[in-house]
Amino acid sequence: MNKIISKEYFSANVVKFEVEAPLIAKARKAGHFVIVRVGDKGERIPLTIADADLQKGTITLVIQKMGVSSSKVCALEVGEYITDMVGPLGKATHIENFGTVICACGGVGTAPMMPIVQALKNAGNKVITVLAARNKDLIILEEQMRNYSDEVIIMTDDGSSGNKGLVTTGVETVIQREKVDLCVTIGPAIMMKFVSKLTKQYEVPTLASLNTIMVDGTGMCGACRVSVGGKTKFVCVDGPEFDAHQVDFDEMLMRLGGYKEMEQEEMNKIINN
Amino acid sequence: MNIAEERAQAWREELRGSMKAKERSSIERVHMPELDATYRSHVRNEEVNLGLTPEQAVQEAKRCLDCANPTCMEGCPVGIYIPKFIKNIERGEFLQAAITLKETSALPAVCGRVCPQERQCESKCIHLKMNKESVAIGHLERFAADYERISGKISVPVCAPHNGIKIAVVGSGPAGLAFAGDMAKLGYEVVVFEALHEIGGVLKYGIPEFRLPNEIVDVEIHNLQAMGVHFITNCIVGKTISIQDLEDDGFKGVFVASGAGLPRFMDIKGENLVGIMSSNEYLTRVNLMDAANPDSDTPVYKGKKVAVIGGGNTAMDSIRTARRLGAEKAMIVYRRSEQEMPARLEEVKHAKEEGIEFLTLHNPIEYLGNEQGRVTHMMLQVMELGEPDASGRRSPVELPGVTKLVEVDEVVVSVGVSPNPLIPQSVKGLEVTKWGTVVVNQETMQSAVPIIFAGGDIVRGGATVILAMGDGRKAAKAMDEWIRK
Ligand SMILES: Cc1cc2nc3c(=O)[nH]c(=O)nc-3n(C[C@H](O)[C@H](O)[C@H](O)COP(=O)(O)OP(=O)(O)OC[C@H]3O[C@@H](n4cnc5c(N)ncnc54)[C@H](O)[C@@H]3O)c2cc1C
Ligand SMILES: Cc1cc2nc3c(=O)[nH]c(=O)nc-3n(C[C@H](O)[C@H](O)[C@H](O)COP(=O)(O)OP(=O)(O)OC[C@H]3O[C@@H](n4cnc5c(N)ncnc54)[C@H](O)[C@@H]3O)c2cc1C
Ligand code: SF4
Ligand code: SF4
Ligand code: FES
Repeated sequence: MNKIISKEYFSANVVKFEVEAPLIAKARKAGHFVIVRVGDKGERIPLTIADADLQKGTITLVIQKMGVSSSKVCALEVGEYITDMVGPLGKATHIENFGTVICACGGVGTAPMMPIVQALKNAGNKVITVLAARNKDLIILEEQMRNYSDEVIIMTDDGSSGNKGLVTTGVETVIQREKVDLCVTIGPAIMMKFVSKLTKQYEVPTLASLNTIMVDGTGMCGACRVSVGGKTKFVCVDGPEFDAHQVDFDEMLMRLGGYKEMEQEEMNKIINN
Repeated sequence: MNIAEERAQAWREELRGSMKAKERSSIERVHMPELDATYRSHVRNEEVNLGLTPEQAVQEAKRCLDCANPTCMEGCPVGIYIPKFIKNIERGEFLQAAITLKETSALPAVCGRVCPQERQCESKCIHLKMNKESVAIGHLERFAADYERISGKISVPVCAPHNGIKIAVVGSGPAGLAFAGDMAKLGYEVVVFEALHEIGGVLKYGIPEFRLPNEIVDVEIHNLQAMGVHFITNCIVGKTISIQDLEDDGFKGVFVASGAGLPRFMDIKGENLVGIMSSNEYLTRVNLMDAANPDSDTPVYKGKKVAVIGGGNTAMDSIRTARRLGAEKAMIVYRRSEQEMPARLEEVKHAKEEGIEFLTLHNPIEYLGNEQGRVTHMMLQVMELGEPDASGRRSPVELPGVTKLVEVDEVVVSVGVSPNPLIPQSVKGLEVTKWGTVVVNQETMQSAVPIIFAGGDIVRGGATVILAMGDGRKAAKAMDEWIRK
């Protein structure tokens, strides 16, 4: 049981929590995640540790409402408890001064990108964040990203905010403009696939943080497996970050869709109740 | 009292004399009452075996000859005093029988249900030498343990006064639970750390309720809690806290019982298609997350044509679960013949009764899927048995060019597990074999790092509940001696 110490809305669908977890706060590094579960019948879902406060013994989570489980987390209030929380899990992000780094994110990947942007900036990198969404209303964490980025490029499908176009257009503009040493991408698998395709053309080394479906998060089940360089890897223990140019995104896309119908059903049940 | 003295006690003498050996061995072996196969293959959680009635148990106990040299005990990895507990059942002292079991076993209600008896105690019963069926030792063990539980007269063992020494246990499976119980009895302050949100290890997330109800395991856990054992869930040693943290915190000994939780895959084409998963994933979803319950947020596939690859207990549990979740066609695909199957005999029998098909001497070589990436077919290589291999089992060889295409919509891969690498990776100086198991002194279960002892599947690879439990008890005894030195 982990108590919620503070709650802040970044937008209607994005919530920031500070949660009591002294041991995790002490052990975590940028890129690590936790698995949380809300309620006795709750699902175990992975969430990136966005920040930690050793003094207070808390960690910060930034959660975007997607389906049933993320909505249940978002609905919790200050003083309430997350039923179960375990971590820190996964491999920490390898942070160093690479030079110029593009952080390309969108959708579900925006929240987990925040601590990486922060860590890269603190390590002395020039950080250019490309933030993408379908329209203006779906752009989240813009202000927070600006605090830690040298430049933020907003891309919307309809041009209602920033530039019109996809995330790849933004990334390509930067690559054509200046020398880029590394690209980090987190978002829907389809987005990462196209970012990876683009950076491969330009030979920019690229890391993708994969958000596969997980159950235990400790290497026990294999639900999170992906093919990287032709080998099967478990995202929860071997990742979540991998060389994007080696990842089989088509397979990952396929696997992510696996439980879609069932998830939709669950969501409808909740909406109709 | 030693075995001979016990056997010479008046009540045992009298009981032995009350019936001729010939009469005893002419009694037919009891049949475990069980749920109707058609009914049970459609309900999720009801236990298949219903347990013996007191009359059946007494009758079965009469079959035991109370041998002067009870060979059955040699077959039990923890040396349960078998004739003593059985004769207690025969004379109606059921609680006494349960106490006898607990002298050596920490989890008799569990082992009576899941031990591969036909390969252990029962394989050494004298009856087999006379061409009769062995005494149903497992059924009787379960009877006595259940009787004690249901009577509400479970004795919480008397613990020695607290000695203030803190001991950590990593993992709450049978090895960890058995170790914790023994150390608590000796007066130690025991804290068990468990990575998952539930206590019990494979007994909870692996073995389904239709074979081992959670309630049975929970009783044991409550018992340990009553003895003062602390459980901390959601805590991964090596991630959340390190062994060094534990030492700094004043823990004087650590027992690693982290199990063999890593699923193996076969690395064949199409294995990552949607609908193909490890037995760990499948059973965890259903058992730990209760995914088949409509109230649960965790989803699980309910395939109509399900294949499980493998021939062990895990494979049987998976396919029988699939059947209960609505599989119309449920198949075991195993590359050897039925004789070589490692699963308990009873599980194979139950599976067959429940309409499971057995495709033995078949091995998958490729999976095929549709545009959505969902598995639709498996390509099986047909095998035949060759010469016996190192393990004495006849190894399967391919029949060149003979393959079979079978329609499936769900595949569960159950071809074994590897030791959990978390602890070996996070502790310097720990000696590890090339299979990833932790090396320990066989007598004491102590590892190359003196404060770390280890037992169960992390030492043996995938083994059994009773061996894990035995390791826990052995380690407790040795650690106590080591600490007091
Ligand atoms: C290592 C890791 C770190 C993550 N960190 C964060 C974080 O910091 N903040 C955050 O808001 N989210 C994060 N996620 C994603 C988060 O776990 C999912 O949004 C969540 O599991 C969705 O569950 P749900 O029941 O709410 O939605 P569901 O009903 O399960 O799904 C709703 C939609 O989301 C898609 N989806 C389902 N599971 C995932 C998934 N694991 N990743 C991406 N899409 C998914 C489905 O295809 C569906 O379209 C992370 C994921 C991983 C693997
Ligand atoms: C489906 C299935 C059916 C089986 N059927 C039978 C049967 O019928 N009969 C039989 O005798 N045997 C059976 N077995 C085998 C038997 O269950 C195992 O041999 C036994 O459970 C091993 O016990 P253990 O205590 O070593 O480990 P486990 O039971 O595996 O427990 C290990 C525990 O440690 C936890 N853990 C791991 N790493 C850490 C860490 N770093 N920090 C904290 N916690 C950690 C795990 O989460 C787990 O709960 C079966 C196994 C399976 C999977
Ligand atoms: S513990 Fe297992 S092997 Fe030993 S007597 Fe009981 S059933 Fe037989
Ligand atoms: S060998 Fe068989 S008959 Fe003899 S004591 Fe053991 S169980 Fe009884
Ligand atoms: S989530 Fe189970 S192995 Fe990665």
